Order: sequence, then C-alpha cells, then structure tokens
Amino acid sequence: MPAVRGDGMRGLAVFISDIRNCKSKEAEIKRINKELANIRSKFRGDKTLDGYQKKKYVCKLLFIFLLGHDIDFGHMEAVNLLSSNKYSEKQIGYLFISVLISANNELMKLIIQSIKNDLSSRNPIHVNLALQCIANIGSREMAETFGSEIPKLLVSGDTIDVVKQSAALCLLRLLRTLSDIIPSGEWTSRIVHLLNDQHMGVVTSAVNLIDALVKKNPDEYKGCISLAVSRLSRIVTASYTDLQDYTYYFVPAPWLSMKLLRLLQNYPPPEDPGVRGRLIECLETILNKAQEPPKSKKVQHSNAKNAVLFEAISLIIHMDSEPNLLVRACNQLGQFLQHRETNLRYLALESMCLLATSEFSHEAVKKHQETVVTALKTERDVSVRQRAVDLLYAMCDKTNAEEIVGEMLNYLETADYSIREEMVMKVAILAEKYASDYTWYVDVILNLIRIAGDYVSEEVWYRVIQIVINREDVQGYAAKTVFESLQAPACHENMVKVAGYILGEFGNLIAGDQRSSPFVQFNLLHSKYHLCAAQTRALLLTTYVKFVNLFPEIRVDIQNILKSNSNVRNSEVELQQRSMEYLQLSQIASSDVLATVLEEMPPFPERESSILAILKKKKPGMSEGVTGPLKENKHPAAVINNTGVSYTKNSENAPSLAVSADLLGISSSLHQPTINSAPPASSNNTSTNLLVDVFGETTSPTAGGAKSAIGDGIIVKNEESLKKFICKHNGILFENDLLQIGIKSEYRQNLCQMGLFYGNKTNFQFLSFTPSISSPNNLSTKLNIQVKPVDTVVEAGAQVHQILNVECIEDFTDLPLLTIQFIYCNVQQKLTLRLPLTINKFSEPTVMNSESFFTRWKNLNNPTQEAQKIFKATYPMDSEAVKAKLIGFGIQLLTGIDPNPENYVCAGIIHTRTLQVGCLIRLEPNTQAQMYRLTIRSSKDTVSKELCKLLHELF
Amino acid sequence: MIRFILIQNRAGKTRLAKWYMNFDDDEKQKLIEEVHAVVTVRDAKHTNFVEFRNFKIVYRRYAGLYFCICVDISDNNLAYLEAIHNFVEVLNEYFHNVCELDLVFNFYKVYSVVDEMFLAGEIRETSQTKVLKQLLVYNSLE
Repeated sequence: MPAVRGDGMRGLAVFISDIRNCKSKEAEIKRINKELANIRSKFRGDKTLDGYQKKKYVCKLLFIFLLGHDIDFGHMEAVNLLSSNKYSEKQIGYLFISVLISANNELMKLIIQSIKNDLSSRNPIHVNLALQCIANIGSREMAETFGSEIPKLLVSGDTIDVVKQSAALCLLRLLRTLSDIIPSGEWTSRIVHLLNDQHMGVVTSAVNLIDALVKKNPDEYKGCISLAVSRLSRIVTASYTDLQDYTYYFVPAPWLSMKLLRLLQNYPPPEDPGVRGRLIECLETILNKAQEPPKSKKVQHSNAKNAVLFEAISLIIHMDSEPNLLVRACNQLGQFLQHRETNLRYLALESMCLLATSEFSHEAVKKHQETVVTALKTERDVSVRQRAVDLLYAMCDKTNAEEIVGEMLNYLETADYSIREEMVMKVAILAEKYASDYTWYVDVILNLIRIAGDYVSEEVWYRVIQIVINREDVQGYAAKTVFESLQAPACHENMVKVAGYILGEFGNLIAGDQRSSPFVQFNLLHSKYHLCAAQTRALLLTTYVKFVNLFPEIRVDIQNILKSNSNVRNSEVELQQRSMEYLQLSQIASSDVLATVLEEMPPFPERESSILAILKKKKPGMSEGVTGPLKENKHPAAVINNTGVSYTKNSENAPSLAVSADLLGISSSLHQPTINSAPPASSNNTSTNLLVDVFGETTSPTAGGAKSAIGDGIIVKNEESLKKFICKHNGILFENDLLQIGIKSEYRQNLCQMGLFYGNKTNFQFLSFTPSISSPNNLSTKLNIQVKPVDTVVEAGAQVHQILNVECIEDFTDLPLLTIQFIYCNVQQKLTLRLPLTINKFSEPTVMNSESFFTRWKNLNNPTQEAQKIFKATYPMDSEAVKAKLIGFGIQLLTGIDPNPENYVCAGIIHTRTLQVGCLIRLEPNTQAQMYRLTIRSSKDTVSKELCKLLHELF
Repeated sequence: MIRFILIQNRAGKTRLAKWYMNFDDDEKQKLIEEVHAVVTVRDAKHTNFVEFRNFKIVYRRYAGLYFCICVDISDNNLAYLEAIHNFVEVLNEYFHNVCELDLVFNFYKVYSVVDEMFLAGEIRETSQTKVLKQLLVYNSLE
C-alpha cells in the first residue's frame, strides 16, 4: 500500500494545508479567492495545460466546493477529463461531475457522450467508472439513454465480475428513476440466475436489484425463491473457512445472508415442500447457531451473527406459519432482553413487538412482561424505553391490561417529556379497549390527567366524556370521582374541564350526599374558575347554567356569578355572551323550557376512538427531494383479542367535520351558545347517520350527475343532493374533480348562519374565485342574505371559508342560487348550485299535550290552512327511519296523541321576522298498501303547502 | 436502502458526505447539522441507532470521528452497523492506520473507496480483500 498523504498532487496538498492553517474564516475566504483567481487564469490563459494540471485544478475546485463555497466555473475542464485515458484523471472528472453537476446542466449531453464511450471501452476500469457515475447521478435522461444497454452488460458472459456488480446496482438506480425500464421476458431468468453466480460479490450486488424487481413484479420473479433458499442454505451450512474472503469475524457472508432473508420476505412461505423444508432448516440452523458459544469475543462477531439472526426472525414472523420457530424466536429474544449490549436489548424489544402480534407467539411474549417493565424503569437510553412502551402496548390483552396500564401509569410520573404524550394516548386506548369495568376506565383517565395533565390532549379527555355519556352504568361513579379529584389542592385544568362537563350532566347523581350537595359542587367548581383559561371558563359557565336546571335551589347563587362584572363585562366576547344569554335564560324561561333546553346530552354516535387515529398518524417525513419508495414503519399496534367496545367506523359519514372537536362547541367560530346548539346539533348527528343509511348514500349525491334546468336555462348541479339536506344542516353540498363544497349551518329562530367551505382539490390555484348568491323571483323580499366576500385566490389544496348570514322575513318556496366562477388553468369555470335553505330550517320543535294539540288542530279548520297529500312510499316504511326524518325536519315528534299508535304526530313553529307560523303535522302510514297520508295544518296556507311538498318527498 | 453516508468529527466538520437521494444544497446542510446534533449527545450506554425523521441513523464513533449511515426504518440495524466497521477497516488498511487527516488530504480517494463498497444506496462489495485489491489496481494506474 502506498503512503498516501496527498501523494500525486503536491499543489493540492499544499493548498489544503494552507486552508487548514488559516486562523479565521476571513483568512480562509481570502486564501480561497486567491486560489480561484489563480485557477481561473490558468483555465483561461494558458492553452497548454496538461492532463495532470487540469486534474489538479479541478480537484482543488472540488475541495473548495466541499468546504461549502460556490463554484461557477471549471465544469468544462472536468468534462474534458472524462476523455482522458488515464484512470486518475478520469476518476477526478467523474467525481467532480457526480458531486457538482446537476441533472439538467447544459453539459449533460457531452457527459452522456463520454459515458457512452467509456461503457463501450475495452478497459473494464473505464466501464466501471462510467457505471458508477450513472449510478451516482441516475438522472431520467440517463435512464432513457442507458436503460436498455445495462441489462446486456449485466448478463453478458464477457463482462468481468467487478463490472457486473456495478451494472446490477446501476440498473437498480435507473429503475428507481424510471420504472418502465424494467427488463422482462428473457431477461428475467438470466437476472434471477445471478443468485447462482460463483462470485459472492456479484450475488451481493444482484440480490439488491432482484429485491427491487420482485417488489414491482413478484409473480414474474418468483423463480428467485428456490434459488435464494439454496444459496442461503449453502452459506448457512458452510463453515467459516469455506467462504474465505466473505467471512467476516467467523460469520460466513452475513450481509448476503441478511439480504437473501429479506428477499424471501417479499413472498408467502414457499409452496414447494422441498424448498420450504430447506428454508425451515436454514432458519433452525441460524437459531441453533445463536445458542452456540461465540467463536470470538469481538463485538463484530456477535453483531454480524445477530444481524443474520434478527433477519431470520423477521422472516419467521413474516411467514407466521411455524409455531415452533416463532416460540423459539421469542425465547431467543427473551435472552437478549437481559443482554449487556444496549443494542441487543433495543432490537429484541423492537422485534418482540412484531412477535406479539402473531397468535402463535403472543402468549410466549407475555412471559417477558416483567423484564419489559424493568426495562421501562431502568434503561438509560430513552429510545430503549420507548421500545419497551411499544412492546407493552403490543403485548397487552384482556388478561394483563390492568397490570400493564398500571405499570405505564407508574412510569408516566417520571417518564421523559419526549414520550409522555404518546404514552398518555396509548394508556387511554388500552384502558378503553380492554375495560370490562368502566369505573376502572374512568379511574385510569383521571389518573392520566392527574399525573400528566399537560400531555393529555383534547382527544383523550373528549373521549372519556363521550364514554361516560354513552354508558349509563358509569355516570354516577364518574360524577363522584371527578368531584373527589377536584378537591385536591392542585388540580390540572384538564381535570376542571372534565369535572365541569360531567358534573353539569350528572351532578344530580351525587347531590343526595351532603358532602357533595349542589351548593358544595358549585362552590368547588367555582373555586377553580378564576385560575382557568377563557375556554375552560366558557365550559364552566355552561355547567353553571346546567346546574340551574338540575338544582333550582342554587339558581340565585349562579345568577349572581353570571351577572358579576367580571363575566358580563369580560374582555372575552365569548364569556360575555354566554354570561348574558345564560343569565337571561335562567331568568325568563319556565322550568319546562329550561328542562328542554338544558336536557342531558344525548349519546354520541359510536365511532372509532379519535385517539387511535392520532396515534396512527406517522411523523412528518423528510421534506424535499424524497425519491424512491419509503418503507412503512413496522411498529405494530395491539391487535389481538379485539374485544370490549366495538367501534363502528362511520367517520366518513361526517365528512370534513371533526366531530370530536365539536364536542363542546367551544372552538366553533360560529358564536352560538353551547346549550342552544349542542344538544340539537348532536341529536341531528344521530338522525343524520340514520338518514344517510335510509337514502343509501353510497351512490354519491355529490357526483354532480343529476342536473336540472331551471328558468332561464341555468343548469343546477346539485338537484339530487338537495333532498338529503332537508333533514340535515351539515355535509358535502357538491363535489367534482376540482372543487368540494361543504356546508355547515346553524339556525336560531328566524336567523341562520351558514358556513360554506370551498376546497380546492387540485394542484393549481383557482384565480378570480367569486362565489355569489342570487335570489330567483321575489325571494329577495323574503330572505335577507348577507354574504361576506372571500379571497379571490384559492391556493392548491386549500380551503376557503365563507359565512352567510340569513334572515327569514316571510315564508318562501324558492331556493337561493349559489353561482361560483373561477379560473382554473386559464379556463373559466362556472357552476350553479341551489343552497339547501328550505322553510323548515326555521322551524322550532314544539312540545304540547294531546288536548292542546287537538284544540289547535280544530281551530285551523279553514280549508286553505290545510294541505294534504296521499302518496306511495319511496323508501322502506321503517318506523325508526321515519321518526329520524321527522326530527331532522325540525319538528317535535309527539307521542301518545293520536289514538292510532302507528300514526306520527308532530308540531313546530316556523319563525319569520313578520310572523310565527304554528304547524301541526299528521303522517298516517298504511303499510299494507305502502302508502302514506300526510296532513298539515298551519296558520298560513303557503306554509302548509310548502311543508307538505318538502315532507312528502322524504318518505 | 442507504439514504446517505456522513463522516463528521466531533466539532461537526464534515469529512465525507455521500448522498443517495436528491437533496438540494440547503437541505443537505440542514441534514448534516441535524445528524451532528442528534448523534453527538449520545454516550456509550446508548444504542448505535437513532430514529431520524422517517428514517434512522446507524452510527459508530471512532476516536473523534462519527461514521453515520442513514437507512430506512425497516432496514437491518446490525448489518449496517457492521457495514460501517467493515468500511472503516478497509480505510484503515488502505491508509495504513487511518486518521482524520488522511480523509482530508485524500478526500477524492475516499469517494473511490465508498463507490467500491456501496453503490446506488446498497451494499456492493463486502470482502475487504477484494475491495483492497481493486483499490491497489487503481493506485498502480496513472
């Protein structure tokens, strides 16, 4: 070996020394500028630069570039070096090009020509340099130019091994750039047979290429299975002296073995019994070798051996068909859990996580619970502790959930900040998933808040509220427990929120006990009030007004708080508004009205835990220039024994509305007091879900398929989807390839606030984006619509929110039109839709008893006040669905009024500015004839007619 | 696959950067700094693996130099850890007891060593004998 300290290029060595001797950044820059000037003048002036000098200067430029300075000349000289016949000059030329020249450089044509020359050279060293250069740059142009040449080189009998190695990986690189250059047909078997090559280096390179080809086309390349197995078998059974050059610290060809084992993970277990038997033998041998005494004490020996072992275990887990091997793997990993090498403990935890998901080895993994818990407590490296958490999560099932959750809670007290939030979510999920006793679940979550309150995200505490509301059996316990938790001297704000919400709903369940009497509850909550943020205070105000309903005896105390200056004149407008409105409500409303408005929250629709969704989200990726396929993170979730609460995934039924975020209506930009909006909104949610099923929403109503012409030939694109909006306020109004329009509306008496969400689904901007509202006929005298203008540019993928304020002046029949115009890729787009703003939206459900219903009914006896329709049922006559539709329509379903229990009787008041119209509705089904008779009486004939028209289409 | 290979000293000076993905220069600089920050805070009791964005860094420290390989999350940690050592042994043999200065003065030769052992983000050759023999041939050429 030569002593190599800048040998060959003295000038370069001197220059590097000079740079190293520079005392300051300024001195370095000065020296570099001097050198650049020198090189520039050499390149410009003296035409007689020889190859050596060119090489030296190009190399200096490269060095300067690597120091972090820009280089804007010398590229041509570097390209010139490519045509040199001397290796050292060529090498510097190629190096400069692969480090410094971008794929779209103007010199690329010249470069490609030089590479072509070298590829066809008889000198394998030149061919090799050219291949390495292609592999390093791998541009599209190169893929197109050389994609068909390289396979030939790869399988030709004349090609020497060193060149084959480069050719295989060069082809792999080009495949990643341009996947349609995949060699197929006759090439397939020749490439696959490289696994049999005598030269281990060729196999090592080729197996990477084959792995990539298999991923693209597993069937075509499945011939590689048996070849890979026999190659692996030969290596595994070889003694370390057999493979000479390829033995690394007494381990035969560890990297190649690892790669072959990975290659096999692209396929299910081999079908051919012979191949399969041989593979299992290999895996057994690898497991056996792990038990043998080490041949060397060097860490390199054990690392290499274990690299193969871990890959074998991955394959065993992947095959998931050999219980015996799975259990052996688990035992082996169990030994590693207590190994003195941190690396091995880490990898064993990681690998065991996967084993825990196999039904064959889940039980075997559980045996190591204690060790894993110890790891959680004692490991110094946080990433190891993180793996221990992952494994505990993966091995958790019904039998050990309480223990594991307990240990995780214990650890949480001292856990690293970096993993707390994830742990909190995992604990919350396990507690919910495996809770057989929901009091335990409530305890766990409250403990979470106590121990790591800051890390308890909204999803977690929303979820506990959802569950408490949905499960009657736990409500009293929850109220009692949150009450006790509140008594702690220091109490996390999240605890105050949960306690506030739960006591507001279920405080009455513990009010019998003197120690938690209404007044005590209220005082305890209010003692936290001033320490809390505005959002929490807003929530507490709602709790207070709920108390007004639950505990009339403390109404005055609550009113005093509501009207205190600090609330009524609070700088937060939300608090002001709530205080004022709640105060008014508590003063004006009768106890019946209060009981209705402040009624207990209805159950939430069952859905997948939103916490799980968050946990599933992966970390953000590498931002720019990501090429090639990214493999998925293999960390598993707990999947075994999925019992307990069953989730129905109906999240797609509530598009674009983060339902959980609406739980409390606090963050809603629409300033609507929670009590008014929340209960109806969520009861609408339930009915909406029912309706969705009834209308068979699988045929997308938003496809824009249904068109209808109106008046002056305008095409309305959402005629079909309008029907479903009669009974719901929120959803997707329209969708095509460019645009999605969502709608979210809230109604209060004769007022409506409607949010329109315009989503740009494309990768380009929308320009001149102008949505406008028009009122056909004389609608503008009946509906006063105020529109807030929106930005005229909608960025790619962005969503624009527009608010409409609507006042109903008198009853109406036409629907407002929404016309949207914008320019997409220089093309003008125009779209007209009807807004689903029907008269029933301004209806308020009215409760009344039988007597008053019939009195009113009889009073409305003028023939014009009645509208009636007898019609055939369009949808199944399912009573629950009918009820849901009636409720969604905005009217009160009255029971026990009609002597015939089959009949539906409803009442509502339509609010307009000029007039309130009371409406009485009777719907009589005749299931035998599949017919309905619908009768509507109201104080205004036009209202009766319109309601009749709208309603009959729903059944 | 390997996303990049970095050799850095304790002060954060880069002694080799070999990229197998297309990053622009700013992103490269950012990655170099991030890797340095992630790796240098770890001690001997820590593992040789660190999760890094959507990938992981497998690294090993030799005297004042950190050898780091960024690979996919699902890649085999120990195989790349030993690939680093194999590479270091080749450098050591090639430069007769390699030290940091060798890598500075012969940076262009280090690239040749890398290209012999790794190509297109994969392992090309693992036999030290074969690699050194090839490098010797190059040295004997003009």
